[in-house]
Amino acid sequence: MLDLTPKELSERSALRVNPAKTCQPVGAMYAALGVHKCMPHSHGSQGCCSFHRMYLTRHFKEPAIAASSSFTEGSSVFGGGSNVKTAVKNIFDMYNPDIIAIHTTCLSETIGDDLNAFIQDMDIPEGKIVVHTNTPSYVGSHITGFGNMISGFIKHLAKSSKQSNGKLNILPGFVNPGDMREMKKLADFMGASYIMLPDTSGVLDAPMTGSYEMYPKGGTKIEDIVSMGDSELTLALGELTCEAPANELKRKCGVPYSAMPLPIGIEATDAYVMALSHFTKNEVPYEIEEERGQLVDTMLDGHPYFHNKSVAIYGDPDTVLGITALVLEMGMIPKYVITGTPGETFVKKANELFEKAGVIGCKAKAAGDLFELHQWIKNDSVDLLIGGTHGKHIARAEDIPLIRAGFPIIDRYVHSYMPIVGYKGAMRLVELILTALMDRQDRDCKEEDMEMVM
Amino acid sequence: MKGVNQSTTLLKEREDFIYCKDGCQTDTFRCDAESVSGAVSQRACVYCGARVVLNPITDAFHIVHGPIGCASYTWDIRGSLTSGEELYRNSFSTDLGEQDVIFGGEKKLTAAIDEVASLYAPKVIFVYATCIVGVIGDDVKAVCKMAEQKHGIRVIPVMSPGFAGHKSVGYKMACNAIMELIGTEKREKTNRINILGDFNLAGEMWIIKDYLNQIGIDVAAQITGDASCEQLMEAGSAALNIVQCAGSMTYLAKRMEEEMGIPYVKVSFFGIEDTTHSLLRIAQALGNEEALKKAEMLCEIEKNKLQDFLNKYRKNLKGKKAAIYVGGGFKAISLIKQFNEIGIDTVVVGTQTGKKDDYEIISQLVNPGTVVLDDANPAELETFMKQKEADILVGGVKERPLAYKLGIAFCDHNHERKHPLAGFIGVKNFIKEINLSMNSPVWDYIRRESL
Repeated sequence: MLDLTPKELSERSALRVNPAKTCQPVGAMYAALGVHKCMPHSHGSQGCCSFHRMYLTRHFKEPAIAASSSFTEGSSVFGGGSNVKTAVKNIFDMYNPDIIAIHTTCLSETIGDDLNAFIQDMDIPEGKIVVHTNTPSYVGSHITGFGNMISGFIKHLAKSSKQSNGKLNILPGFVNPGDMREMKKLADFMGASYIMLPDTSGVLDAPMTGSYEMYPKGGTKIEDIVSMGDSELTLALGELTCEAPANELKRKCGVPYSAMPLPIGIEATDAYVMALSHFTKNEVPYEIEEERGQLVDTMLDGHPYFHNKSVAIYGDPDTVLGITALVLEMGMIPKYVITGTPGETFVKKANELFEKAGVIGCKAKAAGDLFELHQWIKNDSVDLLIGGTHGKHIARAEDIPLIRAGFPIIDRYVHSYMPIVGYKGAMRLVELILTALMDRQDRDCKEEDMEMVM
Repeated sequence: MKGVNQSTTLLKEREDFIYCKDGCQTDTFRCDAESVSGAVSQRACVYCGARVVLNPITDAFHIVHGPIGCASYTWDIRGSLTSGEELYRNSFSTDLGEQDVIFGGEKKLTAAIDEVASLYAPKVIFVYATCIVGVIGDDVKAVCKMAEQKHGIRVIPVMSPGFAGHKSVGYKMACNAIMELIGTEKREKTNRINILGDFNLAGEMWIIKDYLNQIGIDVAAQITGDASCEQLMEAGSAALNIVQCAGSMTYLAKRMEEEMGIPYVKVSFFGIEDTTHSLLRIAQALGNEEALKKAEMLCEIEKNKLQDFLNKYRKNLKGKKAAIYVGGGFKAISLIKQFNEIGIDTVVVGTQTGKKDDYEIISQLVNPGTVVLDDANPAELETFMKQKEADILVGGVKERPLAYKLGIAFCDHNHERKHPLAGFIGVKNFIKEINLSMNSPVWDYIRRESL
């Protein structure tokens, strides 16, 4: 079997085995796809762009467009200035986007390409826009790149006219289109007027019409990004992902922000709803109360099956923290929580969650990898795994059920349309968890213990 | 770009890479060139090319030296099956950080190799040098050499900076690494053959080996599907190399011919015609009369076995139109023939890395009116598939959702193929799959804008 992981832990200082992260540019590309009529552009070798498009396509099962500067030996020596200038001209000529969002790569960063200077030097057609961000692949992870691209849009576009637009900015974190729809649904229920950046709903979950739209209907409109500078407040959902761009907007346009956890689980969703209520001064409507009540109802119905079960959660920092909070609310033990993305704040926040719930013996790690998680599990196993596709080797080797949540999920369908945020998203996770554990019980129990009614 | 009805703006720079077969010559047709900057190309890079060729070696360590991305995107994605070790399905890298970029990554690479050596007992480690490695001044070759001496194992550098060209250059770098491993030392000759350019996707290498076994031909080394290091070392004893994926492996075959005196023949095991032709060709090249007779018999039996099946499906499929967009030229050629066998007309055909020779053969095989294109982007594929009213597209991961969006059926003939598509059994799987995709009842529920 796929089981090469030795049980004995050994010190590794240089070798990364089975990573739980990928590089900045793919995050930037994902963020750029969430802007209407935007062509993401990868300033580097052709392979970067190809890999990122493939990765996104494998997760969303949708076309993911992006262009590349297509570096050659020459560009790696003399710089990629002429490549990106030609590229921008070609992209506007051929694909006619409203905006091109350039992100860098390890190569263009290392050779010191100055995108600001290149862009100033370009002949950009009237009414068209080119923005950029720096996404050195050797810093942070795809989560960092996602945040950096949002910051890039804000830096280039957001403006303060000193006149409030009365709106709320929502930075949704690195989540699926299905999650963004759920966040917007709650904001609509609360009667909030908002701008979401980025918004990949309607882009990476566009419906089948029998025709291919290079620029589907969805995505944040450019004029809305400009207007974000006149909003009254920004909600940065996913502190570790979206606080930096929220801060960028505050610095540039003076829009205050509130950084919150991703609304995964009851308390985090409550906090999101209360923030919306505080902003709109509206009472929480019955539709939301009803959803919350239904969630608590289902959690009580199922609690004998999941209470005290142990779980290992891996993936992106804010998503992992959100799921950790939910499973704690359910009475489960999040024995191991790891993210590949570096940053000790993750560990601090995870420990705060453990402490608040009064669980002991749980371990959190940032800049970890799935090899190490596998070693932990080999030494002391868990009942359940929650994370992306790449944990399936561990699941199979250790015979532990795996619930797919987060990014990337490249071996299942439909998931990107379905939320894990909000009360409905939590209910979906609760159902997935229950089904996984109860299917396992049905499979593993003695024949005489098999129950029709559970 | 001749005879192509332009309903969308195509880049002027791209025009020479597209033509329509109308009897005119193809002198001005261009391929095997750099992609245009700014194009939404479906092509990958040197590293990708090198990695996909070497990855199927099941008991090798593949350490990707660079920032994390290149390792993440290639972790267990090829679909190459193994009958032995599972090592290659893990991802190893140096995950270079900012400090390494500033101060150089040699130390980290050395430490990473040491850590692999202490965790496992590796036979061979391939070290991939990605884009920035040369730029930050790492001497990967020197590090590998020192590690070889220190650990007494093979540590082979694969020079694969992404910017040094497209996938084909990476294939070449992988071939060089394989040569480095097998060496040119004289070996006692046997009657065995090496299989080059099959990667055992969905177990296809096993099908080919089974046919060869049935006609009494033994295999020395499989390069690289389901290969092990030990088995690769046998390559020098072979009497003949057979080359399937010509795009990636012709270079290695030529090197082996020049440096080891092993002749090669090009083969393809896709479709009845090419599978039959290839088996006969191998027996002939070996001068093995008995194998030739057995091959004739085997192919006859297998072909007959397929007749009822083909007749049944031909009714369903005759007159349908296919579009092909694949990596290399050989596959496109086999697919056109395979479609011809069941009465499907190929109306659009393109490759990412096809060579001039490939396009000449393609041009002879297709009917007038067929659009031929090199290094196509989604907009071009869309335009021509719509214009030519294709019913099915055969391609890879990035083409699948595009086809679906257009309401066109799809078959993955790349890393995500669902069943083996090689050999006679592959004909069956392939036809079943395209039939299934074209006849899904779900297509009927698409509300087309024209309705």
